[in-house]
Amino acid sequence: MITAPYWRAPVSVTRVMGWVLLALIPAIVLHVIFFGPVLLAQLLLASVAAVAVEALLLWVRRRPVVSAITDLSALVTAWLLVLALPATVPWWLTLLGIVIAIGVAKQLYGGIGQNPFNPAMVAFAALIVSFPAELSRWPLPTTPVAWQWASFLGTPNVDALASATVLDTLRTAVHSGQAVSELLGRSPVFGTLSGAGYEWIAVAFLAGGLLLWLRGIIPGRLPFAFLLTLGVLSTLAWLVAPERFAPPWVHLFAYSTMLAAFFIITDPVSGVVTPRGQWVFAAGAALLVFLIRHFGQFPDGVAFAVLLMNLAAPWIEMKTQPRVFGEDHP
Amino acid sequence: MRWFSWLTSSAANTLVDPVSGRKLYPIDGGIAFADYHKQETADIPIRNVAMPSHYIVPLRVNPRFTARPIVDIGARVRKGEKIGESEGKFGVAVHAPTSGVIRDLGQYPMTHVSGLPALAYFIEPDGKDEAIEPTPYRGACDDTDRIRDFLQQMGLAGLGGAAFPSHAKVASSPVKTLIINGAECEPWITCDDRLMREHASEIVAGACDLAAAIHAQEILIGIEDNKPQAIAAMQAAAANHGTVTVVAIPTIYPAGGEKQLIERLTGIEVPYGHLSAEFGVLVFNVGTARAVHRALTYGEPLLERVVTLTGAADNPGNRWVRIGHPIAELIPEMAPKPEVDRYLLGGPMTGFAIPDLDAPILKGSNCIIAASPALFPPPPPEQPCIRCGACAPVCPARLEPMELYWFARAQQFGKAQEFHLFDCIECGCCAYVCPAHIPLVDYYRYAKSEIWEREREKSKAQQSKARFEFRNYRLEREKAEKAARAAAKAAETKRRLEAQAQESHAEATASGTNDRDGAASPSAPDANDAAARKKALVEAALARARAKRAAEATEPSGENRE
Repeated sequence: MITAPYWRAPVSVTRVMGWVLLALIPAIVLHVIFFGPVLLAQLLLASVAAVAVEALLLWVRRRPVVSAITDLSALVTAWLLVLALPATVPWWLTLLGIVIAIGVAKQLYGGIGQNPFNPAMVAFAALIVSFPAELSRWPLPTTPVAWQWASFLGTPNVDALASATVLDTLRTAVHSGQAVSELLGRSPVFGTLSGAGYEWIAVAFLAGGLLLWLRGIIPGRLPFAFLLTLGVLSTLAWLVAPERFAPPWVHLFAYSTMLAAFFIITDPVSGVVTPRGQWVFAAGAALLVFLIRHFGQFPDGVAFAVLLMNLAAPWIEMKTQPRVFGEDHP
Repeated sequence: MRWFSWLTSSAANTLVDPVSGRKLYPIDGGIAFADYHKQETADIPIRNVAMPSHYIVPLRVNPRFTARPIVDIGARVRKGEKIGESEGKFGVAVHAPTSGVIRDLGQYPMTHVSGLPALAYFIEPDGKDEAIEPTPYRGACDDTDRIRDFLQQMGLAGLGGAAFPSHAKVASSPVKTLIINGAECEPWITCDDRLMREHASEIVAGACDLAAAIHAQEILIGIEDNKPQAIAAMQAAAANHGTVTVVAIPTIYPAGGEKQLIERLTGIEVPYGHLSAEFGVLVFNVGTARAVHRALTYGEPLLERVVTLTGAADNPGNRWVRIGHPIAELIPEMAPKPEVDRYLLGGPMTGFAIPDLDAPILKGSNCIIAASPALFPPPPPEQPCIRCGACAPVCPARLEPMELYWFARAQQFGKAQEFHLFDCIECGCCAYVCPAHIPLVDYYRYAKSEIWEREREKSKAQQSKARFEFRNYRLEREKAEKAARAAAKAAETKRRLEAQAQESHAEATASGTNDRDGAASPSAPDANDAAARKKALVEAALARARAKRAAEATEPSGENRE
């Protein structure tokens, strides 16, 4: 039966996902400017693979294929996974990641809206556990494009042309007894604020994220609480022990930080919808990111932090229900 | 527009109405539509309509009460004559809309989303439109009880849409604040706007009448600020009334919902299941206020209301329409365009597609929209919820619509109730903004009706159980009583027999006669033989039981006598 309301705002899931893709474009453009066109090949491969895997599994599950493909959600997952990985990972690794993200983390859980975990982060976590070396080699702005293509195509390559991320570099150095202040700016991985090249892509993520916030697609409190918590924690740690902890701007303008703040923790399906809960969710994710970055064994903590908070999301939601109209009145 | 709403929302906390200088309180959620479609009808004066071929005057005045018909078929009635007597606490009287002949009393299609018929009079007008002698209210203006009874007799019911009986509201006095609702927040509808522009002084007079009746100290007239002419007209009318304040409130749907308006003007949140009068507030629609004034001062029962005719039509506008006017005969008034595929009653957010156009205009029928596929396109296919959360910030009741949807879909009705399903006012804001095009309100209505159904089943089962237990108790009691009666009777018989035996023994001894036979007493062949006496008693009891059983067998089953 068709009942009221007979009016609908001109909104759709396709439009929401389209805005997210659009908001990623500035970062992609900067990425191509700094590092060359390999990223575009990765995006193309991942997009085609994501749509193919999604369509196949929808067909197997006897679900409407066309309406699910045209909502663009598979493309969002694909692009986020590609941007979370180093642009020079071999093509088969990207493909594997897509199969895990779309096939396992999304469709096996019931498709869009049903996945308890962020699909891109599930794939990232699976890959970093399985292929830590490949995922630790990030290209530098100085890395020749030919080498990047060779890496993408899977030809054996030389490590020296790619490098760990800034945070990974610092962590390794601190573990081996060096002071942070001795390292900052002494290595080609460092730029002005954070990672060379990557810091500006982080700014582009920030710009894209602000666009999403202005369009009302993501709630501002999620990135705000995330960045605030991470900023406060890293500032405190840095003030207490500057030789052991990276300065806050290195954390905040790290590539993964801005990507997570505006595009990963803002995934509504695996996140929290209650306003108070979103503060808890984002702050908790930031705390875990900080802890894993400094005390964990992996190059970066975003994926694990987000997955852990995904686990806690239903509970957070339950405990942060807003006061209903007229409640607590006699 | 995000930054804009962010700025205004922080400003809303210290909002002051520039018209009245009154502090306004923030309300939650809501939608500011880009186009309210009020300009189609708002500037056209209210007109009268031609008399229809017949009126269908329903006796069912609200979901719970049906008036008692008091006029026979074939009788001639005049305009304003009472034809239905109010029944029950929330019932109101029903009056003839014009002079004519009662042709029928039966089930007629009703202006309700279900389309279910209801008891109604079919009146054929004679065209003379003769009215009865009016009987204005003669009592004291603050005599709450008399005014309550008078309004009930005049058929007064809320003209805002819900048609809640006005006398029942008056009965819950005294209150501190009387609010007159001129917000008219739903798109397309302009009947209150027009009424305020054209009959402002009558509305203010009605508000003062009501305030006196319910002993209210202040009167607030809330009007959305997209109706500047109405605000100006009402201000002019209220100028000489010190207790009346006209308040312009921000235009946001559903600011005219009763609870939302109360919150906006007083900051009071009236919880689900409570009446606003408990918090010292009563709300009447502007149309109702005017009708109260007409009833008290001129003795006019509630016979007509303003109806907005709009949508895909060439001659839209507001009309004075009498209650009972068949909708099918009203539609030609607005000259609908050929592409119209259905007619909505009410606005696009809370209205419904009229299932049967033969149904009449009721007291709560505020607007008829000629709907075309271009104006109201069919909903896009429903997609899975992505929990984007767009529905939560627009909810005026601060609910989590996506959770309610989830529980309704999974038929977890208990959980839905835990998440305050019944606080939902079905304003439709969540469904309006849903990017997955989920008909959320439909899910809530479904869950509510399922819960009501289960409650009914449960109470039915409880009733049956109670009845069964009472029956068992009654049977036990009857058995015990029967046993006691039998024992008493046996003891009585025994005593009598003994007395008899003693007597006859004494007699025999005294007279010495020998003719003391069984003929003297069949139940005592030998008064001295106790065993034989006992046997006779048992036989007599058995005979009585047999007779009783035979009698019971011929009676209808015992169940029916309960």
